[in-house]
Amino acid sequence: MKVILETRGLTRYFGRVVAADDLSVRIGEGERVGIVGPNGAGKTTFLNLVTGYVAPERGTIWFMGRDITGLAPRAVTRLGIARTFQVPQLYPSLTVLENALLAWAAREGRIMDPWRPLRRTAWVAPAMGLLARFGLADDAERPTYTLPEGKRKLLDVALALALRPRLLLMDEPTSGVSVREKFPLMDTLMEALAPAGVTVLFVEHDMDVVLRYAQRVLVFQGGRVVADGDPRAVLPEVSIVPSGTGMP
Amino acid sequence: MNSRGILVGGLSFVGLGVMGFVLPQWTVFLLSLALARGLAALSVALLMRAGLVSFGQSLFFATGAYGAAFLIRLFGVREAVVLLVGAVVASMALAALAGLWIARYREIFFAMLSLAFTMILYGWLLKAYWITGGTDGMRIPPPTVLGVAWPIDRLRTVLYLVTLGCTGLALGLTHLFLEAPLGYAVRAVRDNEIRLEYLGSSVGQVVYWTYVLAAGLAGLGGVLMALNVGHVDPQLAYWTTAGEFVFITLLGGTESVLAPFLGAVLFEFFRTYALKYAPYTWQMALGGMMLLLVLFMPRGLWTLRHLRFRKAVS
Repeated sequence: MKVILETRGLTRYFGRVVAADDLSVRIGEGERVGIVGPNGAGKTTFLNLVTGYVAPERGTIWFMGRDITGLAPRAVTRLGIARTFQVPQLYPSLTVLENALLAWAAREGRIMDPWRPLRRTAWVAPAMGLLARFGLADDAERPTYTLPEGKRKLLDVALALALRPRLLLMDEPTSGVSVREKFPLMDTLMEALAPAGVTVLFVEHDMDVVLRYAQRVLVFQGGRVVADGDPRAVLPEVSIVPSGTGMP
Repeated sequence: MNSRGILVGGLSFVGLGVMGFVLPQWTVFLLSLALARGLAALSVALLMRAGLVSFGQSLFFATGAYGAAFLIRLFGVREAVVLLVGAVVASMALAALAGLWIARYREIFFAMLSLAFTMILYGWLLKAYWITGGTDGMRIPPPTVLGVAWPIDRLRTVLYLVTLGCTGLALGLTHLFLEAPLGYAVRAVRDNEIRLEYLGSSVGQVVYWTYVLAAGLAGLGGVLMALNVGHVDPQLAYWTTAGEFVFITLLGGTESVLAPFLGAVLFEFFRTYALKYAPYTWQMALGGMMLLLVLFMPRGLWTLRHLRFRKAVS
Protein backbone atom coordinates (compact mmCIF):
# COMPACT_ATOMS: atom_id res chain seq x y z
CA MET A 1 0.00 0.00 0.00
CA LYS A 2 1.28 3.45 -0.90
CA VAL A 3 2.21 5.49 2.16
CA ILE A 4 0.38 8.84 2.24
CA LEU A 5 1.56 10.10 5.64
CA GLU A 6 4.68 9.25 7.56
CA THR A 7 6.14 10.75 10.71
CA ARG A 8 9.71 10.00 11.75
CA GLY A 9 10.85 10.49 15.34
CA LEU A 10 8.31 13.23 16.02
CA THR A 11 8.92 14.79 19.42
CA ARG A 12 7.12 17.61 21.17
CA TYR A 13 7.09 18.70 24.80
CA PHE A 14 4.79 21.16 26.54
CA GLY A 15 6.92 22.12 29.53
CA ARG A 16 7.70 18.77 31.18
CA VAL A 17 4.77 17.02 29.55
CA VAL A 18 5.70 14.72 26.67
CA ALA A 19 3.00 15.13 24.04
CA ALA A 20 4.85 13.29 21.26
CA ASP A 21 7.75 11.04 22.10
CA ASP A 22 9.81 9.89 19.14
CA LEU A 23 6.60 9.17 17.27
CA SER A 24 6.99 7.22 14.03
CA VAL A 25 3.78 6.37 12.19
CA ARG A 26 2.99 5.33 8.63
CA ILE A 27 -0.50 5.68 7.16
CA GLY A 28 -1.38 4.00 3.88
CA GLU A 29 -3.47 5.65 1.18
CA GLY A 30 -7.18 4.89 1.54
CA GLU A 31 -6.88 3.60 5.11
CA ARG A 32 -9.42 4.43 7.77
CA VAL A 33 -7.46 4.70 10.99
CA GLY A 34 -8.75 5.32 14.51
CA ILE A 35 -6.57 6.85 17.20
CA VAL A 36 -7.42 6.02 20.81
CA GLY A 37 -5.77 6.69 24.13
CA PRO A 38 -6.33 8.35 27.50
CA ASN A 39 -6.51 12.11 27.96
CA GLY A 40 -3.04 13.60 27.58
CA ALA A 41 -1.77 10.69 25.48
CA GLY A 42 -0.90 13.01 22.59
CA LYS A 43 -3.72 12.22 20.15
CA THR A 44 -4.75 15.79 19.38
CA THR A 45 -1.13 16.93 19.52
CA PHE A 46 -0.42 14.41 16.77
CA LEU A 47 -3.12 16.02 14.60
CA ASN A 48 -1.81 19.47 15.50
CA LEU A 49 1.73 18.47 14.53
CA VAL A 50 0.68 16.98 11.19
CA THR A 51 -1.43 20.00 10.27
CA GLY A 52 1.20 22.54 11.29
CA TYR A 53 -0.71 23.99 14.24
CA VAL A 54 2.28 23.25 16.45
CA ALA A 55 5.83 22.61 15.31
CA PRO A 56 7.79 19.53 16.44
CA GLU A 57 10.98 19.96 18.43
CA ARG A 58 12.48 16.98 16.62
CA GLY A 59 11.48 14.69 13.81
CA THR A 60 9.95 15.09 10.38
CA ILE A 61 6.52 14.76 8.77
CA TRP A 62 6.16 13.45 5.21
CA PHE A 63 3.01 13.73 3.14
CA MET A 64 2.91 11.97 -0.21
CA GLY A 65 6.69 11.83 -0.27
CA ARG A 66 7.12 15.52 0.59
CA ASP A 67 8.61 16.88 3.81
CA ILE A 68 5.95 19.16 5.30
CA THR A 69 7.61 19.69 8.68
CA GLY A 70 7.16 23.27 9.90
CA LEU A 71 4.69 24.32 7.22
CA ALA A 72 1.85 26.64 8.28
CA PRO A 73 -1.67 25.15 8.53
CA ARG A 74 -2.79 26.89 5.34
CA ALA A 75 0.17 25.49 3.40
CA VAL A 76 -0.51 22.00 4.74
CA THR A 77 -4.18 22.37 3.81
CA ARG A 78 -3.31 23.43 0.29
CA LEU A 79 -1.23 20.27 -0.10
CA GLY A 80 -4.29 18.11 0.60
CA ILE A 81 -4.61 17.61 4.35
CA ALA A 82 -7.88 18.81 5.87
CA ARG A 83 -8.98 18.55 9.47
CA THR A 84 -11.95 18.89 11.75
CA PHE A 85 -11.96 19.78 15.40
CA GLN A 86 -13.28 18.46 18.69
CA VAL A 87 -15.23 21.72 18.95
CA PRO A 88 -16.51 22.36 15.39
CA GLN A 89 -14.76 25.35 13.85
CA LEU A 90 -17.41 27.17 11.85
CA TYR A 91 -18.50 30.70 11.02
CA PRO A 92 -21.44 31.18 13.40
CA SER A 93 -22.68 34.48 11.94
CA LEU A 94 -22.92 33.06 8.42
CA THR A 95 -25.59 30.71 7.16
CA VAL A 96 -24.83 27.03 6.60
CA LEU A 97 -24.75 27.59 2.84
CA GLU A 98 -22.41 30.58 3.20
CA ASN A 99 -20.08 28.40 5.28
CA ALA A 100 -20.07 25.82 2.50
CA LEU A 101 -19.65 28.47 -0.20
CA LEU A 102 -16.67 29.96 1.56
CA ALA A 103 -15.10 26.50 1.68
CA TRP A 104 -15.93 26.11 -2.01
CA ALA A 105 -14.25 29.43 -2.77
CA ALA A 106 -11.18 28.16 -0.92
CA ARG A 107 -11.27 24.94 -2.95
CA GLU A 108 -11.30 27.01 -6.15
CA GLY A 109 -8.49 29.22 -4.83
CA ARG A 110 -10.78 32.27 -5.11
CA ILE A 111 -11.17 33.35 -1.52
CA MET A 112 -9.30 36.59 -2.23
CA ASP A 113 -11.71 37.48 -5.05
CA PRO A 114 -12.93 40.98 -4.13
CA TRP A 115 -15.67 41.59 -6.74
CA ARG A 116 -17.58 38.58 -8.07
CA PRO A 117 -20.33 37.36 -5.72
CA LEU A 118 -19.82 34.42 -3.40
CA ARG A 119 -23.36 33.22 -4.14
CA ARG A 120 -22.61 32.55 -7.78
CA THR A 121 -24.59 29.89 -9.62
CA ALA A 122 -21.52 27.83 -10.45
CA TRP A 123 -20.79 27.39 -6.75
CA VAL A 124 -24.25 27.27 -5.15
CA ALA A 125 -25.29 24.02 -6.87
CA PRO A 126 -22.21 21.97 -5.87
CA ALA A 127 -22.20 23.50 -2.37
CA MET A 128 -25.85 22.48 -1.95
CA GLY A 129 -24.89 19.02 -3.23
CA LEU A 130 -22.19 18.82 -0.60
CA LEU A 131 -24.62 19.85 2.14
CA ALA A 132 -27.13 17.28 0.87
CA ARG A 133 -24.53 14.52 1.25
CA PHE A 134 -24.30 15.44 4.92
CA GLY A 135 -28.07 15.81 5.37
CA LEU A 136 -27.77 19.58 5.78
CA ALA A 137 -29.56 20.80 2.65
CA ASP A 138 -32.71 21.76 4.57
CA ASP A 139 -30.61 23.89 6.92
CA ALA A 140 -28.84 25.78 4.11
CA GLU A 141 -30.25 29.22 4.91
CA ARG A 142 -30.16 28.75 8.65
CA PRO A 143 -27.62 30.78 10.67
CA THR A 144 -24.90 28.37 11.76
CA TYR A 145 -25.08 29.39 15.42
CA THR A 146 -28.57 27.89 15.61
CA LEU A 147 -27.47 24.38 14.54
CA PRO A 148 -27.51 21.52 17.07
CA GLU A 149 -24.14 19.96 17.93
CA GLY A 150 -24.54 16.89 15.70
CA LYS A 151 -25.18 19.03 12.64
CA ARG A 152 -22.33 21.35 13.56
CA LYS A 153 -20.04 18.31 13.55
CA LEU A 154 -21.32 17.29 10.13
CA LEU A 155 -20.86 20.80 8.75
CA ASP A 156 -17.31 20.87 10.12
CA VAL A 157 -16.52 17.73 8.12
CA ALA A 158 -18.37 19.05 5.07
CA LEU A 159 -16.19 22.18 5.07
CA ALA A 160 -13.07 20.05 5.27
CA LEU A 161 -14.29 17.70 2.54
CA ALA A 162 -15.13 20.62 0.23
CA LEU A 163 -11.39 21.13 -0.13
CA ARG A 164 -10.99 17.73 -1.89
CA PRO A 165 -8.40 16.54 0.64
CA ARG A 166 -6.29 13.42 0.17
CA LEU A 167 -6.09 12.99 3.92
CA LEU A 168 -8.78 13.96 6.42
CA LEU A 169 -7.97 14.21 10.12
CA MET A 170 -10.97 14.26 12.45
CA ASP A 171 -10.64 15.08 16.13
CA GLU A 172 -13.34 13.27 18.13
CA PRO A 173 -16.14 13.47 15.57
CA THR A 174 -18.70 12.08 18.04
CA SER A 175 -17.79 14.11 21.13
CA GLY A 176 -20.62 16.24 22.45
CA VAL A 177 -23.15 14.08 20.61
CA SER A 178 -25.65 11.91 22.50
CA VAL A 179 -25.06 8.13 22.63
CA ARG A 180 -28.16 7.59 20.50
CA GLU A 181 -26.91 9.93 17.77
CA LYS A 182 -23.33 8.66 17.57
CA PHE A 183 -23.82 5.83 15.10
CA PRO A 184 -26.25 7.70 12.80
CA LEU A 185 -23.76 10.59 12.78
CA MET A 186 -20.84 8.31 11.91
CA ASP A 187 -22.93 6.50 9.28
CA THR A 188 -23.73 9.83 7.61
CA LEU A 189 -20.08 10.85 7.84
CA MET A 190 -18.69 7.65 6.40
CA GLU A 191 -21.29 7.52 3.62
CA ALA A 192 -20.35 11.06 2.64
CA LEU A 193 -16.63 10.30 2.81
CA ALA A 194 -16.74 7.01 0.89
CA PRO A 195 -17.15 8.41 -2.65
CA ALA A 196 -14.34 10.91 -2.03
CA GLY A 197 -11.82 8.07 -1.60
CA VAL A 198 -10.13 10.07 1.10
CA THR A 199 -7.76 8.59 3.69
CA VAL A 200 -9.29 9.11 7.13
CA LEU A 201 -7.56 9.39 10.48
CA PHE A 202 -9.85 10.02 13.43
CA VAL A 203 -9.31 10.45 17.14
CA GLU A 204 -12.03 8.75 19.16
CA HIS A 205 -12.83 7.86 22.76
CA ASP A 206 -15.73 5.54 22.01
CA MET A 207 -14.32 2.04 21.37
CA ASP A 208 -17.55 0.89 19.73
CA VAL A 209 -17.19 3.63 17.14
CA VAL A 210 -13.58 2.62 16.48
CA LEU A 211 -14.50 -1.07 16.20
CA ARG A 212 -17.25 -0.29 13.74
CA TYR A 213 -15.64 2.34 11.51
CA ALA A 214 -11.85 1.92 11.66
CA GLN A 215 -9.83 -0.64 9.69
CA ARG A 216 -6.81 0.01 11.87
CA VAL A 217 -6.27 1.48 15.31
CA LEU A 218 -3.31 3.30 16.85
CA VAL A 219 -3.24 3.27 20.64
CA PHE A 220 -1.46 6.31 22.09
CA GLN A 221 0.00 6.47 25.58
CA GLY A 222 2.44 9.08 26.89
CA GLY A 223 3.08 10.47 23.43
CA ARG A 224 3.94 7.06 21.99
CA VAL A 225 2.11 4.47 19.93
CA VAL A 226 1.86 1.44 22.22
CA ALA A 227 -0.28 -0.73 19.95
CA ASP A 228 -1.10 -0.72 16.25
CA GLY A 229 -3.28 -3.09 14.25
CA ASP A 230 -6.76 -4.36 13.53
CA PRO A 231 -9.17 -2.88 16.12
CA ARG A 232 -10.80 -6.27 16.76
CA ALA A 233 -7.42 -7.74 17.63
CA VAL A 234 -5.85 -4.77 19.38
CA LEU A 235 -8.63 -3.22 21.47
CA PRO A 236 -9.46 -6.28 23.62
CA GLU A 237 -5.76 -6.54 24.49
CA VAL A 238 -5.19 -2.98 25.71
CA SER A 239 -6.60 -1.08 28.61
CA ILE A 240 -6.92 2.65 28.24
CA VAL A 241 -5.59 4.10 31.48
CA PRO A 242 -7.56 7.29 32.06
CA SER A 243 -4.82 9.13 33.93
CA GLY A 244 -1.75 9.39 31.67
CA THR A 245 -0.57 12.95 31.16
CA GLY A 246 2.72 11.87 29.61
CA MET A 247 4.58 13.40 32.54
CA PRO A 248 7.93 11.61 32.92
CA MET B 1 -28.10 44.16 0.40
CA ASN B 2 -30.94 42.71 -1.68
CA SER B 3 -32.45 44.24 -4.84
CA ARG B 4 -35.01 46.11 -2.71
CA GLY B 5 -32.18 47.59 -0.68
CA ILE B 6 -30.36 48.62 -3.86
CA LEU B 7 -33.56 50.28 -5.12
CA VAL B 8 -34.08 52.14 -1.84
CA GLY B 9 -30.42 53.15 -1.81
CA GLY B 10 -30.57 54.33 -5.44
CA LEU B 11 -33.73 56.36 -4.87
CA SER B 12 -32.22 57.87 -1.73
CA PHE B 13 -29.24 59.03 -3.75
CA VAL B 14 -31.42 60.55 -6.44
CA GLY B 15 -33.37 62.29 -3.68
CA LEU B 16 -30.15 63.53 -2.09
CA GLY B 17 -29.01 64.78 -5.49
CA VAL B 18 -32.20 66.80 -5.94
CA MET B 19 -31.74 68.22 -2.43
CA GLY B 20 -28.52 69.81 -3.65
CA PHE B 21 -30.62 72.17 -5.77
CA VAL B 22 -33.46 72.91 -3.37
CA LEU B 23 -31.94 73.02 0.10
CA PRO B 24 -30.20 76.11 1.50
CA GLN B 25 -26.45 76.25 0.87
CA TRP B 26 -25.51 75.74 4.51
CA THR B 27 -27.54 72.51 4.60
CA VAL B 28 -25.93 71.29 1.37
CA PHE B 29 -22.55 72.06 2.90
CA LEU B 30 -23.40 70.07 6.04
CA LEU B 31 -24.61 67.17 3.92
CA SER B 32 -21.32 67.22 1.97
CA LEU B 33 -19.36 67.06 5.23
CA ALA B 34 -21.62 64.29 6.50
CA LEU B 35 -21.02 62.21 3.37
CA ALA B 36 -17.26 62.76 3.63
CA ARG B 37 -17.30 61.67 7.28
CA GLY B 38 -19.65 58.85 6.36
CA LEU B 39 -17.01 57.44 4.02
CA ALA B 40 -14.49 57.41 6.85
CA ALA B 41 -17.11 55.79 9.11
CA LEU B 42 -17.75 53.20 6.40
CA SER B 43 -14.06 52.36 6.49
CA VAL B 44 -14.33 51.89 10.29
CA ALA B 45 -17.42 49.71 9.77
CA LEU B 46 -15.57 47.60 7.20
CA LEU B 47 -12.81 46.86 9.69
CA MET B 48 -15.39 46.20 12.41
CA ARG B 49 -16.78 43.42 10.23
CA ALA B 50 -13.42 41.74 10.71
CA GLY B 51 -13.71 42.34 14.45
CA LEU B 52 -11.15 45.16 14.34
CA VAL B 53 -11.79 48.55 15.89
CA SER B 54 -9.61 51.25 14.39
CA PHE B 55 -8.98 54.40 16.36
CA GLY B 56 -6.75 55.59 13.57
CA GLN B 57 -8.76 56.02 10.38
CA SER B 58 -8.03 59.74 10.70
CA LEU B 59 -4.55 58.76 9.46
CA PHE B 60 -5.98 58.07 6.02
CA PHE B 61 -8.61 60.79 6.23
CA ALA B 62 -5.82 63.32 6.76
CA THR B 63 -3.61 61.66 4.15
CA GLY B 64 -6.39 62.07 1.59
CA ALA B 65 -6.91 65.69 2.54
CA TYR B 66 -3.22 66.62 2.69
CA GLY B 67 -2.53 64.51 -0.40
CA ALA B 68 -4.81 66.83 -2.34
CA ALA B 69 -3.19 69.88 -0.73
CA PHE B 70 0.28 68.71 -1.76
CA LEU B 71 -0.84 67.84 -5.28
CA ILE B 72 -2.06 71.41 -5.61
CA ARG B 73 1.01 73.01 -4.03
CA LEU B 74 3.74 70.85 -5.55
CA PHE B 75 2.28 69.99 -8.95
CA GLY B 76 -0.26 72.74 -9.52
CA VAL B 77 -3.07 70.23 -9.98
CA ARG B 78 -6.51 71.90 -9.96
CA GLU B 79 -8.74 69.22 -11.42
CA ALA B 80 -10.95 67.59 -8.76
CA VAL B 81 -10.92 64.17 -10.46
CA VAL B 82 -7.10 64.06 -10.41
CA LEU B 83 -7.04 65.25 -6.81
CA LEU B 84 -9.56 62.57 -5.81
CA VAL B 85 -7.68 59.75 -7.53
CA GLY B 86 -4.27 60.97 -6.33
CA ALA B 87 -5.40 61.32 -2.72
CA VAL B 88 -7.05 57.90 -2.64
CA VAL B 89 -3.95 56.29 -4.14
CA ALA B 90 -1.77 58.06 -1.53
CA SER B 91 -3.98 56.80 1.31
CA MET B 92 -3.98 53.24 0.01
CA ALA B 93 -0.22 53.33 -0.55
CA LEU B 94 0.31 54.45 3.04
CA ALA B 95 -2.02 51.67 4.23
CA ALA B 96 -0.15 49.15 2.08
CA LEU B 97 2.98 50.09 4.01
CA ALA B 98 1.47 50.39 7.50
CA GLY B 99 -0.63 47.27 6.90
CA LEU B 100 2.48 45.11 6.65
CA TRP B 101 2.84 45.66 10.38
CA ILE B 102 -0.62 46.38 11.73
CA ALA B 103 -2.39 43.49 9.95
CA ARG B 104 -0.65 41.10 12.35
CA TYR B 105 -2.43 42.56 15.37
CA ARG B 106 -5.92 42.13 16.74
CA GLU B 107 -8.21 43.59 19.40
CA ILE B 108 -6.77 46.32 21.64
CA PHE B 109 -3.31 46.03 20.04
CA PHE B 110 -4.76 46.83 16.61
CA ALA B 111 -6.76 49.72 18.07
CA MET B 112 -3.77 51.21 19.88
CA LEU B 113 -1.38 50.77 16.96
CA SER B 114 -3.82 52.46 14.60
CA LEU B 115 -4.10 55.30 17.12
CA ALA B 116 -0.31 55.53 17.36
CA PHE B 117 0.07 55.80 13.58
CA THR B 118 -2.39 58.64 13.29
CA MET B 119 -0.79 60.52 16.18
CA ILE B 120 2.60 60.19 14.47
CA LEU B 121 1.15 61.83 11.38
CA TYR B 122 -0.53 64.47 13.55
CA GLY B 123 2.78 65.27 15.23
CA TRP B 124 4.55 65.52 11.89
CA LEU B 125 1.87 67.77 10.37
CA LEU B 126 2.16 70.00 13.41
CA LYS B 127 5.95 70.21 13.56
CA ALA B 128 6.84 70.30 9.85
CA TYR B 129 5.20 73.70 9.51
CA TRP B 130 7.54 74.84 6.72
CA ILE B 131 5.95 72.14 4.54
CA THR B 132 2.50 71.65 6.07
CA GLY B 133 1.76 75.07 7.48
CA GLY B 134 1.68 73.66 11.01
CA THR B 135 -1.46 74.50 12.97
CA ASP B 136 -2.50 76.97 10.25
CA GLY B 137 -2.79 74.13 7.78
CA MET B 138 -2.98 74.59 4.02
CA ARG B 139 -5.50 76.27 1.78
CA ILE B 140 -7.29 74.33 -0.93
CA PRO B 141 -8.22 76.69 -3.74
CA PRO B 142 -11.49 76.09 -5.61
CA PRO B 143 -10.88 73.17 -7.97
CA THR B 144 -12.03 72.69 -11.53
CA VAL B 145 -14.52 69.86 -11.99
CA LEU B 146 -14.26 67.93 -15.28
CA GLY B 147 -12.13 70.79 -16.62
CA VAL B 148 -14.71 73.48 -15.84
CA ALA B 149 -13.90 76.32 -13.45
CA TRP B 150 -17.39 76.66 -11.93
CA PRO B 151 -18.50 80.08 -10.68
CA ILE B 152 -18.24 80.32 -6.93
CA ASP B 153 -22.04 80.56 -6.42
CA ARG B 154 -22.48 77.19 -8.14
CA LEU B 155 -19.36 75.48 -6.87
CA ARG B 156 -20.96 74.47 -3.57
CA THR B 157 -23.68 72.50 -5.36
CA VAL B 158 -21.22 71.04 -7.87
CA LEU B 159 -18.91 69.87 -5.09
CA TYR B 160 -21.89 68.40 -3.27
CA LEU B 161 -22.82 66.43 -6.39
CA VAL B 162 -19.20 65.29 -6.76
CA THR B 163 -19.24 64.19 -3.12
CA LEU B 164 -22.53 62.39 -3.60
CA GLY B 165 -21.32 60.70 -6.80
CA CYS B 166 -18.08 59.55 -5.16
CA THR B 167 -20.04 58.29 -2.15
CA GLY B 168 -22.40 56.36 -4.43
CA LEU B 169 -19.47 54.82 -6.30
CA ALA B 170 -17.70 53.90 -3.07
CA LEU B 171 -20.90 52.41 -1.64
CA GLY B 172 -21.45 50.32 -4.77
CA LEU B 173 -17.89 49.01 -4.76
CA THR B 174 -18.02 48.30 -1.02
CA HIS B 175 -21.30 46.43 -1.48
CA LEU B 176 -19.75 44.32 -4.27
CA PHE B 177 -16.75 43.66 -2.05
CA LEU B 178 -18.88 42.53 0.88
CA GLU B 179 -20.86 40.13 -1.33
CA ALA B 180 -17.67 38.64 -2.81
CA PRO B 181 -15.63 35.80 -1.25
CA LEU B 182 -13.15 38.29 0.22
CA GLY B 183 -16.01 40.24 1.85
CA TYR B 184 -17.31 37.06 3.45
CA ALA B 185 -13.76 36.17 4.47
CA VAL B 186 -13.69 39.48 6.37
CA ARG B 187 -16.64 38.27 8.45
CA ALA B 188 -14.97 34.88 8.74
CA VAL B 189 -11.93 36.55 10.33
CA ARG B 190 -14.18 37.92 13.09
CA ASP B 191 -15.97 34.58 13.49
CA ASN B 192 -13.14 32.08 13.33
CA GLU B 193 -9.58 32.68 12.18
CA ILE B 194 -8.64 29.04 12.75
CA ARG B 195 -11.17 27.67 10.27
CA LEU B 196 -10.10 30.24 7.67
CA GLU B 197 -6.48 29.12 7.98
CA TYR B 198 -7.62 25.49 7.74
CA LEU B 199 -9.39 26.32 4.50
CA GLY B 200 -5.94 27.10 3.15
CA SER B 201 -6.45 30.87 3.31
CA SER B 202 -4.26 33.54 4.81
CA VAL B 203 -6.01 35.49 7.56
CA GLY B 204 -3.18 38.02 7.41
CA GLN B 205 -3.83 38.70 3.73
CA VAL B 206 -7.56 39.11 4.30
CA VAL B 207 -6.95 41.66 7.07
CA TYR B 208 -4.21 43.39 5.05
CA TRP B 209 -6.35 43.97 1.94
CA THR B 210 -9.36 45.00 4.00
CA TYR B 211 -7.16 47.52 5.77
CA VAL B 212 -5.93 48.90 2.43
CA LEU B 213 -9.46 49.13 1.03
CA ALA B 214 -10.70 50.80 4.21
CA ALA B 215 -7.86 53.32 3.90
CA GLY B 216 -9.02 54.12 0.36
CA LEU B 217 -12.52 54.90 1.66
CA ALA B 218 -11.19 57.08 4.48
CA GLY B 219 -8.80 58.81 2.06
CA LEU B 220 -11.67 59.54 -0.30
CA GLY B 221 -13.61 61.01 2.61
CA GLY B 222 -10.60 63.14 3.49
CA VAL B 223 -10.09 64.63 0.05
CA LEU B 224 -13.83 65.35 -0.28
CA MET B 225 -13.74 67.09 3.09
CA ALA B 226 -10.74 69.15 1.93
CA LEU B 227 -12.40 70.16 -1.36
CA ASN B 228 -15.64 71.15 0.37
CA VAL B 229 -14.05 73.04 3.25
CA GLY B 230 -11.24 74.55 1.16
CA HIS B 231 -8.72 74.09 3.93
CA VAL B 232 -6.81 71.30 5.68
CA ASP B 233 -5.24 71.32 9.14
CA PRO B 234 -3.60 68.78 11.48
CA GLN B 235 -6.85 68.32 13.40
CA LEU B 236 -7.88 65.97 10.60
CA ALA B 237 -5.27 63.49 11.85
CA TYR B 238 -5.94 64.00 15.56
CA TRP B 239 -7.29 61.07 17.56
CA THR B 240 -10.55 62.84 18.34
CA THR B 241 -11.30 62.87 14.61
CA ALA B 242 -10.76 59.09 14.55
CA GLY B 243 -12.98 58.88 17.64
CA GLU B 244 -15.71 60.75 15.77
CA PHE B 245 -15.60 58.14 13.02
CA VAL B 246 -16.00 55.35 15.56
CA PHE B 247 -18.84 57.33 17.19
CA ILE B 248 -20.59 57.75 13.84
CA THR B 249 -20.16 54.05 13.05
CA LEU B 250 -21.67 53.03 16.37
CA LEU B 251 -24.46 55.57 15.89
CA GLY B 252 -25.44 54.23 12.48
CA GLY B 253 -24.45 50.59 12.91
CA THR B 254 -22.46 48.18 10.78
CA GLU B 255 -25.27 46.02 9.43
CA SER B 256 -25.51 47.83 6.10
CA VAL B 257 -23.15 49.92 4.01
CA LEU B 258 -25.74 52.72 4.27
CA ALA B 259 -25.81 52.69 8.07
CA PRO B 260 -22.62 54.76 8.63
CA PHE B 261 -24.08 57.49 6.41
CA LEU B 262 -27.24 57.61 8.49
CA GLY B 263 -24.97 58.01 11.50
CA ALA B 264 -22.88 60.67 9.77
CA VAL B 265 -25.85 62.83 8.74
CA LEU B 266 -27.35 62.64 12.22
CA PHE B 267 -23.99 63.36 13.82
CA GLU B 268 -23.33 66.38 11.62
CA PHE B 269 -26.70 67.98 12.23
CA PHE B 270 -26.85 67.02 15.91
CA ARG B 271 -23.44 68.55 16.49
CA THR B 272 -24.29 71.70 14.58
CA TYR B 273 -27.47 72.28 16.57
CA ALA B 274 -25.85 71.17 19.82
CA LEU B 275 -23.09 73.74 19.22
CA LYS B 276 -25.69 76.41 18.53
CA TYR B 277 -27.99 75.76 21.47
CA ALA B 278 -25.53 74.35 23.99
CA PRO B 279 -22.13 75.81 23.03
CA TYR B 280 -20.52 74.86 26.35
CA THR B 281 -22.11 71.48 26.88
CA TRP B 282 -22.46 70.10 23.38
CA GLN B 283 -19.90 67.34 24.05
CA MET B 284 -21.97 66.30 27.05
CA ALA B 285 -24.98 66.11 24.74
CA LEU B 286 -23.00 63.85 22.39
CA GLY B 287 -21.95 61.68 25.33
CA GLY B 288 -25.58 61.41 26.45
CA MET B 289 -26.56 60.41 22.95
CA MET B 290 -23.95 57.65 22.95
CA LEU B 291 -25.09 56.47 26.36
CA LEU B 292 -28.69 56.14 25.17
CA LEU B 293 -27.51 54.36 22.07
CA VAL B 294 -25.44 51.80 23.97
CA LEU B 295 -28.32 51.18 26.38
CA PHE B 296 -31.20 50.94 23.93
CA MET B 297 -29.73 50.34 20.46
CA PRO B 298 -26.29 48.75 20.83
CA ARG B 299 -26.27 47.75 17.15
CA GLY B 300 -26.94 51.30 15.97
CA LEU B 301 -29.84 53.25 14.56
CA TRP B 302 -30.00 51.00 11.52
CA THR B 303 -31.75 48.44 13.71
CA LEU B 304 -34.79 50.74 13.76
CA ARG B 305 -35.43 49.31 10.33
CA HIS B 306 -36.09 45.87 11.81
CA LEU B 307 -38.36 47.41 14.43
CA ARG B 308 -40.50 48.93 11.70
CA PHE B 309 -40.68 45.58 9.90
CA ARG B 310 -41.60 43.74 13.08
CA LYS B 311 -44.43 46.20 13.72
CA ALA B 312 -45.62 45.79 10.15
CA VAL B 313 -45.63 42.01 10.50
CA SER B 314 -47.44 42.02 13.84
